[in-house]
Amino acid sequence: MKELRLMKGNEAFAEAAIRAGADGYFGYPITPQSEVMEYLMAQKTEERTGMVTLQAESEIAAINMVYGGACCGKRVLTSSSSPGISLKQEGISYIAGAELPCVILNCVRGGPGLGTIQPSQSDYFQSTKGGGHGDYRLIVLAPASVQEMADFASLGFDLAFKYRNPVLILADGAIGQVMEKVELQPQQPRLTMDEIKKNTPWATVGRANGRERNFVTSLDLDSLRMEKHNHDLQAKYRQIEENEMRYEALQCDDADYIFVAYGTSSRLCQKAIQLAREEGIKVGLLRPITLFPFPKKPLEDLSKRVKGMLVVELSMGQMIEDVRLSVHDKIKVEHFGRAGGMIPSPHDIVDALKKQIIGG
Amino acid sequence: MAEFKTNPEIVKPENLVYKRTEMLTPATMHYCPGCGHGTTHRIIMEVIEEMGVAADTVGIAPVGCSVLAYDYMNIDMQEAAHGRAPALATAVKRLMPEKFVFTYQGDGDLAAIGTAETIHACNRGENITIIFVNNGIYGMTGGQMAPTTLENMKASTCPYGRDIATMGSPLKITELIAQLPGTMYVTRQAVHTPAAVRSTKKAIRKAFENQKLKKGLSFVEVVSNCNSGWKMTPRQANEWMVQNMFPYFPLGDIKVNE
Ligand SMILES: Cc1ncc(C[n+]2csc(CCOP(=O)(O)OP(=O)(O)O)c2C)c(N)n1
Repeated sequence: MKELRLMKGNEAFAEAAIRAGADGYFGYPITPQSEVMEYLMAQKTEERTGMVTLQAESEIAAINMVYGGACCGKRVLTSSSSPGISLKQEGISYIAGAELPCVILNCVRGGPGLGTIQPSQSDYFQSTKGGGHGDYRLIVLAPASVQEMADFASLGFDLAFKYRNPVLILADGAIGQVMEKVELQPQQPRLTMDEIKKNTPWATVGRANGRERNFVTSLDLDSLRMEKHNHDLQAKYRQIEENEMRYEALQCDDADYIFVAYGTSSRLCQKAIQLAREEGIKVGLLRPITLFPFPKKPLEDLSKRVKGMLVVELSMGQMIEDVRLSVHDKIKVEHFGRAGGMIPSPHDIVDALKKQIIGG
Repeated sequence: MAEFKTNPEIVKPENLVYKRTEMLTPATMHYCPGCGHGTTHRIIMEVIEEMGVAADTVGIAPVGCSVLAYDYMNIDMQEAAHGRAPALATAVKRLMPEKFVFTYQGDGDLAAIGTAETIHACNRGENITIIFVNNGIYGMTGGQMAPTTLENMKASTCPYGRDIATMGSPLKITELIAQLPGTMYVTRQAVHTPAAVRSTKKAIRKAFENQKLKKGLSFVEVVSNCNSGWKMTPRQANEWMVQNMFPYFPLGDIKVNE
């Protein structure tokens, strides 16, 4: 039977994480995502499924708890918002370097610095281009609804374990705070120690039964080996690009123009499409669901038959760089966005389309 | 040169008085001769062997001279970021409460960059063991000032000696940690003499046994020399340690809760 609930995005994510069989959540409060830990604590996860929920002393500690738990083959996660995610970058780099699975939610707020507590999409560069030090990539999922906040918790764990790679869920304050109907999946059992030993033989869970010791590290002082490790990581990222690119195309078939937008911006664009089409402007939406891997090919294909693209972001223009790279400058690509927590109206978006793309 | 012949009596098993524990890998340690890290590694591993818990122990290595501890310790290990070992250990123990979990950390790692992680793991009373090797200097990076560098002691970033007015006093973090209700056993030891080694081993054993009691964190500081960082011979370094480090960092139990 379907289980439907009315929930905030942050709560749906937390509930879905419990149901995905998560073993541990480690976090530090920050607006606009504090509901995640509040919800987990209220749920008494330890009693409900045996899942550990712990409030750490900082985001640095929280991500390193995730690192420690991930070393043990456990399904562990953390959540934060922009300033806290900046603090986590050291740990994320170690986790990526050591090739460990985990899920990280960033409920983005406006920056730079302490910025604002209002929604934003200004952490795109940080999320998709590395963020911390070293050559690494995260798998980045961009939810556009409360439903996807829930769905991506379990998808995130699946992808993280499939590729032994951290998965970042790049939401924003609006998706985290809005209440919508959500269909929840049934409870998945947490992995047993035997399953962990079988599925993740590299896990540091004690070297029982005479096996050799396991150690998890991101360090290798031998440069040749370290270079090879980097090549192996890149090969994995190429494989992820080949297999895991996800996007949604809305009304693109007859479109002369395309909005490119993810998350909250894509919701605004849906309304803008309707308004524009009422005026006879044929516009569609390409919504990247994975920001890494980025939907380069679908954008390139579209660029062969549309006249222009408007990239709508709650930022001063970050994803637009990837869109431009994807279409090789063959058509006009412009950016429209608001920053600092401001959200444009669908009318503003249609006006921008007319001014910057159609008339420009 | 006269040929050296081994007395066949010596190699008889019944005459064995000392052997390398199987809990250390055969890898050649990179530590400087006379450094306390190697000895401390060995006694931790002997304790794990004697307790028979090798298959149930997870260790966390720091960033510092002992960054490669996982190359030597023949158990499951994780390599933390600088200062973060207590955070990793917290999660490991919470997620697998039946395991023995310990961190191994230097003074820069534990008492500078990782102060928050250390204090809070102690304050939460995590049921883990922290082994803290205090050599008063940053060994790995070439002898810079540490939080535990003594007053007027020279280091590469305080070449005229540590000046309390501008650089603060050497941090007695172990005394600070003993104040926290979350800790049940806090002790300061050394490894420069056979007697000190025996005492430290006893302390480490107790610190590991305590994990079964689930009554809080056990913390073992080992005051050690860093002869290359201090620019002394191993012997001079140990003498200097006894004369200068021990008065400021006195050996012995600081807190023992039963
Ligand atoms: C974030 C970060 N900052 C700085 C360093 C450089 N670093 C490596 S080890 C170390 C100091 C280690 O000193 P200590 O903890 O006292 O251990 P020892 O080497 O003396 O055993 C420093 C500063 C690092 N690896 N990572």
